[in-house]
This record gives sequence, C-alpha cells and structure tokens, in this order.
Amino acid sequence: MRHDEEPRIGVFVCHCGSNIGGWLDVPAVAEYAGTLPYVVHSEDNLYTCAEDGLAAIRKAIKEQDLNRVIVASCTPRTHEPLFQATCEEAGLNRYLFEFVNIRDQCSWIHMSEWDAATEKAKELVRMGVAKATRLVPLDRSTAPVELVAMVLGGGITGMTAARAIANSGFEVYLVERRSVLGGLLNRLHKIWPTEESPRQLLDGLEADLEANERVHILTGTEMVDLKGFVGNFDVTLMPVEGNGDGLDLKVGTIIVATGADEMKPDGLYGYGEVEGVVTELELETMLREGNLPEIGNAVFIQCTGARGQRVTYCSRVCCMTGIKNAMELRELYPEASINVLYRDIMAYGISYEELYQRARVKGVGFIRHPKEEPPRVETGPDGKVRVTYRDVILGRDIVQDVDLVVLSTPLVQHEDAKELAQMLRVPLGQDRFFFEAHVKLRPIDFASDGIFLAGTAHGPKDIEESIVQALGAASRSLTFLKAGQVLSEPIVAVVDEDSCIGCGNCIEVCPYGAIELKEGGKRGQVAEVNPGLCKGCGTCPGACPSSSIQQLGFTDEQILAMITALANGGD
Amino acid sequence: MTEDEWEPKILVFCCNWCSYAGADLAGVARLQMPTHFRVLRVMCSGRFKPEYAFKAMEQGIDGVFVLGCHIGDCHYLEGNHRAKKRFEVLEDMMVHLGVEPGRIKIDWVSASEGVRFQAVITEFVAHIKELGPSPLGGGR
Repeated sequence: MRHDEEPRIGVFVCHCGSNIGGWLDVPAVAEYAGTLPYVVHSEDNLYTCAEDGLAAIRKAIKEQDLNRVIVASCTPRTHEPLFQATCEEAGLNRYLFEFVNIRDQCSWIHMSEWDAATEKAKELVRMGVAKATRLVPLDRSTAPVELVAMVLGGGITGMTAARAIANSGFEVYLVERRSVLGGLLNRLHKIWPTEESPRQLLDGLEADLEANERVHILTGTEMVDLKGFVGNFDVTLMPVEGNGDGLDLKVGTIIVATGADEMKPDGLYGYGEVEGVVTELELETMLREGNLPEIGNAVFIQCTGARGQRVTYCSRVCCMTGIKNAMELRELYPEASINVLYRDIMAYGISYEELYQRARVKGVGFIRHPKEEPPRVETGPDGKVRVTYRDVILGRDIVQDVDLVVLSTPLVQHEDAKELAQMLRVPLGQDRFFFEAHVKLRPIDFASDGIFLAGTAHGPKDIEESIVQALGAASRSLTFLKAGQVLSEPIVAVVDEDSCIGCGNCIEVCPYGAIELKEGGKRGQVAEVNPGLCKGCGTCPGACPSSSIQQLGFTDEQILAMITALANGGD
Repeated sequence: MTEDEWEPKILVFCCNWCSYAGADLAGVARLQMPTHFRVLRVMCSGRFKPEYAFKAMEQGIDGVFVLGCHIGDCHYLEGNHRAKKRFEVLEDMMVHLGVEPGRIKIDWVSASEGVRFQAVITEFVAHIKELGPSPLGGGR
C-alpha cells in the first residue's frame, strides 16, 4: 500500500464477552465509528481477539481494501502484537494498526455510567481514527542478541534458571552478592514434603553448575550499573567487599531471582526483648546446629507481622513452615506440649492439607485466636516465656509459661530492592516485590523486554513454586537467545533537514547520545539521528523549537489530530 | 451551553511504561472514577510538548494532565525530568495567559499504582469541575 492513498479505515469494536459490552453500548460505538471520516468498515465482535474476530479483520482488509485498522478493546500492553500480526497476515503493514483502549481505561472503571462510558468510548475511537488517518507504514529492523544470559541471585531459583539455560547451550553468568550460593535454603533444617536436607538439593545443583563450562558463578558480586536494552545489555559488576576489579559484561537477557528475606518482627510478641522468642529461620538454625534448649512446651504464633499487622499480604509459606517445625519439635520432644496459635491455617495446594492433618494426628495443638486479640508475650517466671492468648473455642484467656515461642513471619522484599529496580528500570508493587508485566498474561515477564522474573523476588513462594518459575523464566530467556536476533520498534526520531535550525536542543535531551550535528541544511548544520541508538522515547521532539524532529508513530501531526478530534469532534 | 450542562473534558497524557500501565491496573481492579478524562498514550512523558496544552485548551479542552513514571523510575532514564522542567515553564506561561493554576498538572504514577491513578484522576477532575470551563476555550 502506498501511504499517500486515501485512508480506508476499518474499526473493530470488541464486546470482550460482557467486559465491555456489559457496561457500555458497543453496537452504538461501532455504528458511530462508521460515521467518522475515512471509516469504510465498522463492526462489533464478541471477542475480536478470538480466531473468528481475527478472521473478520483479515476478511475486511481483503474485501474492503482497508489500509488502516483500528481495534477498540482491551489494552495495547497485552494485545497490540496479536492484532498487528493479524494485519501483517492480511498484507497490511503492522504500523497501520491503531489500538483504542475502551476496557481497562473505560468500561471497567465506569461501571455505573452506561451513557457517559459509551460517549467516552466514542470519543476515544474518534481520537483513534484521527491518528490512524495519519499513520504511515514503518519497517522494523533487526539487531543481534548477545548469546549470553545473566541471572541475578544465586538461590535455588537463580541456580535452577542458570542450569536450565546452560543445559540449552548458552553461556550464563550467575551473580550472587553473598559469598555462597543457596540463598535462604542455607538456613533451613529440612525441606518438606520430602524431609530431606536442603544440602542434598543444593549440592546436586551446585555440582551441575560447576561442571558446566558455560556457567560462570560470580559470588560476592553485585551489579552496579546497567545500560542497554533487550539483546544488548551492558552490565557492570563489582565485588561486594574490597576494592577488587569490576567486570563489564554484555548480555542478551536478564533474570531477576534476587529472593526475599525473613521479616525480623522487632517489637512484636516480645521479639528482641523477651528471651526465648525466635523466628522460624532462627529455630531452623538451632535445629540444624543441634543447640536447642530442653523443651517441655513451645508455642508457635502464625501470621506474625503479616495480613495487616506490618505487611498486608499472606506470605503463603509460613503456615507450612510453622507446621513443619512444630512436627519437628514434636518428634524431638515426644512429651512436650507443642501448640500453634493461628488466625487461619492456609494449608494450600495438593499435599499441604494432608501434612496439616498429619500434624494434628501426631498431637500438635492448633488453637485459634481472634484477629482482634493477638496473643501477648512477656517474660515469665523461672526463665520461661509467658504467653497469654484468647482461645475462641473455650471463649476465655489461657496463660501458659513456655520454653520457646516461635514467630512465623512473612517473607519480605530486601531493604535495598528499590535501587536494583531503578537500575533495571522495572517496577516494584505495593508490597515492594518485583511487579510482573501482567498478572495472568505475562506473569514471568517484566514490561521491558528481555528481563524476566522468578522466585521470591516476585512474592512469597515455596521451593517447588520457585523452581517452576525459574524454569519458566529460563524458557522465556531462551526464546530470545534461540532467536538470536530482536526486532527493534521503528518508532524512532527522524529529522526534517529543511527546517532544522541546528540548535542542538535534541542532542542535549537525548538520554542515549543518539543524535549528532552534521553539516547540511539551510543553516549550515542539522541534527542527525542514529536509529540504532535511538530507543524511541520521543523526548527530542518534545524539545525541538522548530518541530523539525519527529518521533515516528507519535508525530506532532498525529498527536495534534487526536487533540483536535477530542476537542471538536472534527477531523 | 448553559452552566448546568457543562461537563469538563480532560486530556491525560500517559507514558507507556508506568502511568498507562497503572491506568490499566486501575481497570483490572475495577476502581471506579469519573468519566471526564481521555488518555492519550505516548512512550514517555518526555514526549509531551507545551504546545499540546495550548492547542488543547484553545480548542475547548478544560484540563491537561501529564502522568509519567516516578522520578528515578523513567524507562528512558530521564524523560520525566525533561517533562517536569518543560512543565514549569509552561505553568508560568499559562499564568500569564490568565489560566488558573492547577488546570494543567504533571504527576507520577507507577505501573503498580492503580489506586494512585484513581486518586489523582478523581482529584484532578474534581479540581477542573471547581474551576469551570477553560478561559482559553472561547466559550465552548
């Protein structure tokens, strides 16, 4: 298609089942779209992203000779590539496609305003048509992918991911800031449900990694700088301690597997104040080292610091950790009284409910307390710890003097995670864990291509789930490494040499050093963009006084046309 | 149009990586908010040009809101810094033209801040409603 042809626009308005159609008048939006300039075809689809919807797009492109396509549906963040590919299949350049978001940013947020939401959807379509009219075909270029991966974090997740990548034939750097691999597993006594030592798991993995020449293990090392984009990241690594030499690496993909910490519940239930109050991991260390005191009775307090106390979330793993360790104490001290105080036991999944039942059969006591009345812990007589709690079944307070109180605390993000997130240019969520691109459609990806997420850096998980996600992230990483090249988005800056005044504003604002002055133009010098370095942010056209530099796909003409369409309803 | 019937029309520039994702997340969480705004997606808040605010308001748009990544989080390193600097100049110019403070605004919403998106939008729409039609709008 030549883009100087008169536009012939097709508009496909999606019901998304009832996600859009249940909250605004989709047929009316489609009908309205048909009245807009250059729109020669419009229809509504139950699901535009389903095969029959995509077939309708291809059919209309061919039969109606469409040279622009608009889908008004969910969000470009998840579905733009699908519709662009559909256009390509029907012979239309993928950049002649325009997305209009009438679900996430319209029907879902205006659920009691049918008329106003319908009106808004019409206006958004009108803006989309104004832009589509001014779209031009663009071509993507390819760039080679550095055939090396980097895994940040050498716990069970990072080790698993690194092994999977190396076994697929690619070099991988495994970067761990502590002096040893293994992460939190180093601090565990036994792992469930196999009741094996975590060493068995770690030793096997470590041996595999060390035997594989494609794996480069860098312990005591952290990333201090990151530049570049998918396929071509420039990483600077430094030793955590001392003034050793740094290491500069080029890598194609990055997996973030930096794990989590156990919350230290200072000030809760006497932690840090009352002798004999420990966390689960502290108990596991005592179990591993065999230096527990004689125990006649012990109490576990679940949800310490979680579910609204210090953090909002349920940390998933602490119920099982508490039950596991209560069973362990039960076996070590058969005569002891072992009680678990809880708000709710969440023994989720296939095997954990069974383990919970087994603990009850073995004589571990489970005592529920009301959320509003958490247990109280203080120093008791004779070196004991006094625990007072409300038993909801008995309906009265119980006072117990025990030898040990174990606090089941949630996994929390590392204190300095924000620094790493900023270096990677990826977000943290409300609970400070790393935040995926989409909870269901892209749960292992970050929005930025080439950076993936696995393990407890993403939120509390058990070992099995962390391993599953590690393999998923390795697989996502391998998708890029095996392809060997990435397609770069052509939404780069271009200069109109006739009007450029050579002021250099664009050079000053470009974060990538992608613009230089060269001789030419009417005033002697003009800006020149290196499209290989340009990342398509559009900051330079924002700074250009003569509107001579434009970002393809986001030109002044396109943006101003959208503004006019919104303001006036005209074109 | 009588004053009773007037409803504000608001243009919101969202950057692709943070605020647009935050807006989507507000939708996923079904966070309800006023309908009066329309999002125009750009890759970076640094793409925003002061000219757009003038062009919008002289054609009758009542408020312009630019939402980017939090400072320090910009996907393109420092585009939001540029947008902020440009915005300071724009705000001065608007004051000279008799436009009330707060009719144009820049703020930050991360990809995980659906709740914050709802809050800043709700507040901005309420403020524009209080101000009434734009003085640059020529009595749209």
